[in-house]
Amino acid sequence: MEGLSAVLESLPYIISGIPVTLGLVALSLLVGLALGVPMGVATVYGNRVIVKIIQVFVFILRGLPNLVLLFLFYFGIFPLLGWNLSSFTIGVITLGLRSAAYQTEIFRGAILSLGEGQMLAALSVGMSRNQAIWNIILPQALRLALPGWSNEYPILLTDSSVTYAIGVAEILTRGGQMVTRTYQPMPIYLTCALIFIFLNWGGMQIIQWGEKKTYIPGLGRKM
Amino acid sequence: MGRKEDLYPGFRKENVNSMNTTKATPILVVENIYKAYGKTEILKGVSFTVNKGETKVIIGPSGAGKSTLLKCINQLIIPDKGRVFLNGEEVLHSHSQINRFRQKIGMVFQNFYLFDHITALENVEVALLKVKKMKRPEAREKALKELARVGMKDKAHLYPAELSGGQAQRVSIARALAMDPEVMLFDEPTSALDPELTGEVLEVMKDLAKEGVTMVVVTHEMGFASSVADEVIFMEEGKILESGPPIQIFFHPQEERTKKFLSRISELYGELNRNG
Repeated sequence: MEGLSAVLESLPYIISGIPVTLGLVALSLLVGLALGVPMGVATVYGNRVIVKIIQVFVFILRGLPNLVLLFLFYFGIFPLLGWNLSSFTIGVITLGLRSAAYQTEIFRGAILSLGEGQMLAALSVGMSRNQAIWNIILPQALRLALPGWSNEYPILLTDSSVTYAIGVAEILTRGGQMVTRTYQPMPIYLTCALIFIFLNWGGMQIIQWGEKKTYIPGLGRKM
Repeated sequence: MGRKEDLYPGFRKENVNSMNTTKATPILVVENIYKAYGKTEILKGVSFTVNKGETKVIIGPSGAGKSTLLKCINQLIIPDKGRVFLNGEEVLHSHSQINRFRQKIGMVFQNFYLFDHITALENVEVALLKVKKMKRPEAREKALKELARVGMKDKAHLYPAELSGGQAQRVSIARALAMDPEVMLFDEPTSALDPELTGEVLEVMKDLAKEGVTMVVVTHEMGFASSVADEVIFMEEGKILESGPPIQIFFHPQEERTKKFLSRISELYGELNRNG
């Protein structure tokens, strides 16, 4: 059983890539959230110039393959700027910006699905636009966005493996290194696959727990 | 269904605050409002005055501009031309000004528009906390008082999705009342309700009129109009065609088009009743 012994030999090394992968995913999700929520709000309530700028951003970021964007940052843009960023950081920026583009659309859709009545009612009792967005629109839109948003986790988890190409020591990178050492590609890549599946399952549990926690009658589904 | 007899029950005997009272103080003055969307003119110069404690009912066919007119009053729609005065002060739509005016102009929408993520109590409370910057115990007390006023105190902890349409509309009335408005605007408050639920909302509105709350009501409920209104305004195609006390508008309309509209409305209501 050369395969099994290769797996056993590689396992600790590959597993120590899990925090790296999860770190990439968590930070990218956060970057995406931090940019996606305000951009989603701005596409609905912002002025025309801002909306146009965001639309261009979303169009470009969604139109580029992950790997292309990664290489552009890693070999082009950051070296040109003279910034010496780690592969990990560049991975987070790439995945995070792309996720921001998708999340912008998720939040835009959630806000639009509320209808204009919520804003009208908030304004009619004397709230400013910002008060209305903060107290009335976002608490509802974020809840409605959760099912769509929960897609972002498996997408980022699986996409995170492209950082292999710039040498981030995540799960697949480590798996690849062990393959060149043991010449057992099938068992080792299968091990990587199982780890990804397991991480995906774990993340989904957390998201579903979150959906349950934030459930309110009439908003979202009961589980 | 006996609806025809119900149509004009109990005309107000004493017009408590009618225009011929010498002490009438104008609360709301709407002056020559124009609004167009592209080439479609919605409002073509509408003016009227509402005195303190008065109930004005605006009737007219759909597309007459009634809802647009109400939204122009609190500048949810910015009129192209014309001015609105509240208590003698011009209502301006600049950022620094408008929120102050909107607090003073309560609005009730056809589709309630309760905030769906918070309870009935919090719906009434939220503007007290965020806009009036009240302390929480004080806001809670005020909110409960307003909910009691519309008979919804025992449902205070329910979410909007757990309320019937009539209950939701009553909460939305309480939400507007909580700001102690100078005038309340009602935009077809019962049009989205099942027929058996309109009664509870109209009852609340009748009570408010009795309490002396100043109201402008857009409605198709002619029974309500005839028994509560101090003045009925008939609007068509963006203009006020005629106005007067309900007895005049309903029994002696001057304009042919008012007559037509009224007969169409009673026909419609008869039909609605037949279909259940």
